[in-house]
Amino acid sequence: MHGLINRAIQAFVVSTYGEERWSDIMDSADLGFAQFEAMLFYTDEQSTKMLTAMEKQLERPLPEILEDTGTFLVSNPQVEALRRLLRFGGVNYVEFLHSLDDLPDRARLAVADLELPALELVENSSGQFELICQPGLPGFAYVLMGVLRAMADDYGDLVILDHRGTQDGAEVISITLVETDFAEGRTFDLGAHAL
Amino acid sequence: MMTSDELTKVVGQICPMNIVVDSAGCFRSAGPTLQKLRPDMAWKGETFFDTFELLRPRRVNSMEDLLKTAGTKLHLQFREAPQTSLKGVLVPLPNGKGALINLSFGISVLEAVRDYDLTSADFSPTDLTIEMLYLVEAKSAAMEASRQLNLRLQGAKIAAEEQAFTDTLTGLKNRRAMDHILDRQIGLGNDFALMHVDLDFFKEVNDSLGHAAGDAVLQNVARVMVECTRHTDTVARIGGDEFVIIFEGVNEPKIVEALSKRLISLLEEPVPYGGRLCKISASAGTTLSVWNEEPISAAVMLHQADLALYAAKRAGRSRHLFFEEGMQKDEAQASSHGAA
Repeated sequence: MHGLINRAIQAFVVSTYGEERWSDIMDSADLGFAQFEAMLFYTDEQSTKMLTAMEKQLERPLPEILEDTGTFLVSNPQVEALRRLLRFGGVNYVEFLHSLDDLPDRARLAVADLELPALELVENSSGQFELICQPGLPGFAYVLMGVLRAMADDYGDLVILDHRGTQDGAEVISITLVETDFAEGRTFDLGAHAL
Repeated sequence: MMTSDELTKVVGQICPMNIVVDSAGCFRSAGPTLQKLRPDMAWKGETFFDTFELLRPRRVNSMEDLLKTAGTKLHLQFREAPQTSLKGVLVPLPNGKGALINLSFGISVLEAVRDYDLTSADFSPTDLTIEMLYLVEAKSAAMEASRQLNLRLQGAKIAAEEQAFTDTLTGLKNRRAMDHILDRQIGLGNDFALMHVDLDFFKEVNDSLGHAAGDAVLQNVARVMVECTRHTDTVARIGGDEFVIIFEGVNEPKIVEALSKRLISLLEEPVPYGGRLCKISASAGTTLSVWNEEPISAAVMLHQADLALYAAKRAGRSRHLFFEEGMQKDEAQASSHGAA
């Protein structure tokens, strides 16, 4: 699993539960190191050990932790870069949802060896979508749920998300857009990035 | 036939930074994004050459000249600040009715989005600018992460080097390792001999044949020293051409005496390098732990070996002497050695 993903989880745990809890997790995962490097690659076995240890140490179901990680990645100012990159996907939430089809390609443009599972958005009726998340990265759908929720807040829209389980090996997230412009979203300034 | 208003509308959708100029060089219309760059400007009626400075091609001063640039790339900038630079291309309108010029930011887009607070609505949906901005940010973020990793790796490398006990050129122990081993020998109460070796004529080899030759000589010296000593002895390079050998379990001078003769004669064998022969020799001074009273000091023993070495140098080099009470390093000799 790419270091960026491991590192993202580390950033979430450290910021939410503190350095010490993270050390405990890594101690019990017994990988021989305490920090993930964003630009290195780790085996699936290493990542799985970390996730298992995390679930045990934090005493919370893994899907819940992963969803919170997704929310953290978008809403925490510490990782503003990701939120900005996602906002490039569209000027409103629906456009953003449609841009998710391109997400794996966009990710690869940024970091050539970052492989994300294929995503497909299906629009069932106006305001009612299903996001089909292909297998390849266990738990990714839960992280996405958190990301989708936080991005809705970011655009100021109200959505209901539901993990519908697995269909033909792919995980399905249903997205219901309840209200657009429900709240004032966060602004997105194209040129805010310091060069 | 399309009216000019209709044309403006259609083109404005696809090229939000277009301008239409009449045959006299006056603006007839400007696209919505261009208007956003100069919100206080009326455009209509103002002239192209008053608004823009054409940087390339040069010597285009009239509408007539401008029309001749049709199809080629134009480089221009606003005359007034912010003097955003622009790229453009001109297409003449039929029947001598002027021209349509489409403009774009080119690479200045990064500053432009900031200076003018542009949003994705200011770019045509088929324009790749938003993708480019995305890429710039994504790559900067990835580059920053890589840079951080490099910094950490560099820090780790420096730390590892500081902790290393090996002299990378010769593979011998380094000064730090020698200090540790010396302390350990003293701490364990072992008998040992401490020999300080300094190469003679090494500087001459370095100066006449170059540093690569010098390195080859040092590597040969290291090989000879390791071959002349036992596995339990420690050979360390502690300076440019200075070495220390710790002989474990030695409590009488005889063994060291024989070994030093053999060592010096082996070191005097010329080393071939690049078709030339490098000739050096060595001087050495030795002290024994049994000649010292408890508590034995590493610094004192190193000083004794050093004094013996200087005495050997003073006695004509290429020889080995044992430390004797009363040996002094006289200042004149010390400075002449330093210069050698």
